[in-house]
Amino acid sequence: MTFTPPLSAAPGVTLGSVLDAKIPTGDPETAWLRRRQEYRVINPANRKKFTVAVVGTGLAGCGAAAALAELGFEVHAFCYQDSPRRAHSIAAQGGINAARARKVDNDSLYRFVVDTVKGGDFRGREAEAYRLGQESLRVIDHLNAVGAPFAREYGGALATRSFGGVQVSRTYYTRGQTGQQLQLSAYQQLMRQVQIGTIKLHPRTEMLDLIMEDGAARGVIVRDLSTGKIHAQPADAVILATGGYGTVYYLSTLAIGCNASAAWRAHRHGAYLGYPSLVQFHPTCLPVMTPWQSKTILMSESLRNDGRMWVPLTAGDERAPGNIPESERDYYLERKYPAYGNLSPRDISSRAGKEQIDSGHGVGPMHNATYLDLTDAIKRLGADVVWERYSNLIEMYRMAVGEDPMRTPIRIAPNTHYTMGGLWVDYNLMSNIPGLFVGGEANFSYHGANRLGANSLLSASVDGWFVLPYAVMDYLAPKLGQARPALDSPAVTQAHSRVLERTERLLSVHGTRTPTEFHKQLGSYLWEGCGLNRSDKSLKKAIAQIRTLRAEFWQDVLVTGKGVGINQTLEKAGRVADFMELAELMCIDALDRSESCGAHFRLEHQEAGEAVRDDDQWMFASAWATDAPLDFASNPELKFTRHAEPLEYSNVHVARRNYQ
Amino acid sequence: MKLTLQIWRQAGDTDSGHYETFEVDQLDAGMSILEMLDRLNEQLLHEGKEAIAYDSECRESICGTCGINVNGRPHGPQPHVTSCMQRLRSFHDGATVRIEPLRAGAFPVKKDLVTDRGGLDRIIAAGGTVSLMAGTAPDSDAISVGHDQVERALDFAACIGCGACVSACPNGAAVLFTGAKITHLTMLPIPAIERNERATYMVAAMEDEFGPCSLYGECVLVCPQNVPLSAIGSLNKERLRSLFHPRI
Repeated sequence: MTFTPPLSAAPGVTLGSVLDAKIPTGDPETAWLRRRQEYRVINPANRKKFTVAVVGTGLAGCGAAAALAELGFEVHAFCYQDSPRRAHSIAAQGGINAARARKVDNDSLYRFVVDTVKGGDFRGREAEAYRLGQESLRVIDHLNAVGAPFAREYGGALATRSFGGVQVSRTYYTRGQTGQQLQLSAYQQLMRQVQIGTIKLHPRTEMLDLIMEDGAARGVIVRDLSTGKIHAQPADAVILATGGYGTVYYLSTLAIGCNASAAWRAHRHGAYLGYPSLVQFHPTCLPVMTPWQSKTILMSESLRNDGRMWVPLTAGDERAPGNIPESERDYYLERKYPAYGNLSPRDISSRAGKEQIDSGHGVGPMHNATYLDLTDAIKRLGADVVWERYSNLIEMYRMAVGEDPMRTPIRIAPNTHYTMGGLWVDYNLMSNIPGLFVGGEANFSYHGANRLGANSLLSASVDGWFVLPYAVMDYLAPKLGQARPALDSPAVTQAHSRVLERTERLLSVHGTRTPTEFHKQLGSYLWEGCGLNRSDKSLKKAIAQIRTLRAEFWQDVLVTGKGVGINQTLEKAGRVADFMELAELMCIDALDRSESCGAHFRLEHQEAGEAVRDDDQWMFASAWATDAPLDFASNPELKFTRHAEPLEYSNVHVARRNYQ
Repeated sequence: MKLTLQIWRQAGDTDSGHYETFEVDQLDAGMSILEMLDRLNEQLLHEGKEAIAYDSECRESICGTCGINVNGRPHGPQPHVTSCMQRLRSFHDGATVRIEPLRAGAFPVKKDLVTDRGGLDRIIAAGGTVSLMAGTAPDSDAISVGHDQVERALDFAACIGCGACVSACPNGAAVLFTGAKITHLTMLPIPAIERNERATYMVAAMEDEFGPCSLYGECVLVCPQNVPLSAIGSLNKERLRSLFHPRI
């Protein structure tokens, strides 16, 4: 059967080609094993002749850098933070899934795959879900061995807990700080190689351009954020593990510095961006409390194991939560989705929460939240058990809000959290640019239209430790003896001057609005137009607003200081400039996809408030190219082409997602 | 509310630096100290001045990036709370607040409130690691570990590497930081295999750049993760133990 992608509803979009993701044909369960057998390898003595640049030091970046260095490759690792330990993988709380299936709750690899594929609303790759589950065993074993103190049962076996979208218990954890413990373990292994000398570490260094030679990625141009010096690092392959771009919405659960710049510059060189509009809004974030709030803090979804979400039955009920009797409460998730209840997947829980807030049932001083109540759990399990499970979350809430969750319900609201979208990669995690690999949240793999809780630490770890080392070695194998670009080659000097020009341009506008002001404005346009709910009307409006704002940015941005030394305003301005272009493509992608799926909820495509997919037309991954002059110091008109990668499911039965 | 801020300004690592005074008003008691600096920076930009440089990342007290001294106290007036989570409700209206970088001999100031804490990374690189390659680990259920043992290990593993302990110490010691890592790894069966080498190398790296410990205990009073003081006893035990198991 030939695949014909549908026409685009978004104006000006060109239809591109049908992409081959290079997934091994045949049974997806054995695909990864077969692919590894095909991969070429390199003699250990020759590996040191290759240089790999790894950008980002979260779980995927640390893992890839450390594993490649352990194999003997020469690695350069870059992070914009002052230490590689601080990458935002550190903030993940709840846990990491693994298909170990030791208990008799009837978990299995197949069940893991079904949950992941179904959770992603059949917009992810089935064979990759198998790989994720298969490699999850080694991830747990490795991180356990290198120092992650996974929670244990009293008998000494690893403990697990349940997570949203799943009816078995397969989530491994270390209290509410799993991300921290995995990130620190991976960071330590990276530092081990730094000590040995196989990894050259570049902290406080930001990637600003890609070195392209003969159509392949051959290194990166970076800016030393301490000195302002721009320099080139030629390499035989480049790995981007630069995380998600949720900060494009201004308020998100991400770190202040998280940005899309490395990925976006690669995209402007031709690397496709997959599903850019697929963004997960996390149902359990702290609500906005002051106009100066710089981010929203996430309260781990693991709280939904024991917490019950509710709002007052009557809109505008101003009573304190303790004064509202049971009969006048609406446990809205338990009511709407009795099978999964408070553990319904994130997209569904977020929309249900927003529906309550929008209909006037919101609680708290700004009526912008719903309750997450631990009272019943404390009654059932005792305060000690609840404390042990969630102590750091409870402490964090006390610090942030000044109230005690052990006595009064937590107030939560949905906010931007994770980007399923990212650079398009094939099954080998290589983008359409040869030599440019992408791992972790920065790529679009595994999660389809919605990521299941505790699958992000897993996908980042699997990519870093157990996929990229194999795939990168295979790519490098035939390139022995090939010279890296010289520092005075045109590829390097052109990229270098592009970056310099941009810095100078940003410093020379001398406008009246700060980068933060532009960022906030952009975020609010995007939240309204391309947030939890999207429509033809909201998206077209947002596109027009974003284009105007972007034009204003280059005329009116205010950056003080110089290009030498630390200049955080300049850093911010460059990141916002990239967000401005990305935001337009996000809206175009959302407007183009005329269906609802997972986190992408188009108001035109619903049935009684539930998302309606259109598998006949849209069972494919969108991979976008942006056509514009390669000039990072102006505001070119962007033209978009949508390529399509058809998706096939052979072992998992395609069905409508139903959590009722 | 309104505050008078005395903030350390230093143009670069070779500059001598000075305090600059700012008046900020219309503050909200629920704002964090960093959000107050965000606001002040917006004001400075509009006046055509350079923003105050300071580090922060996750703003939820887990990454360890932020760290400023507030009225002489690392992170701020609330004990065991990172700068990003310190709220203005700790100050009374009209107060004068002095903000400076995390002061420590081993943390040179790079600009304004930004310091270089690379010394902490070098301690970890020296031995806060496990010599085990990807893919070679045994089944994690093959070696059982008791529930309480792991929970205790996590009390030490929780360190966020912010460096507040170093700044609080009159000697500028990093013993709580180093002890936390040594204790954490010693409590887990596989990492414990290298405990002697680890103690030897980490302590040597620590002594290279940081001061000695006189057991003042100031470090634990500011630690955002409540790392126990016993980390120091544990470090001393491990370094002594390593003397009897020398690595030649």
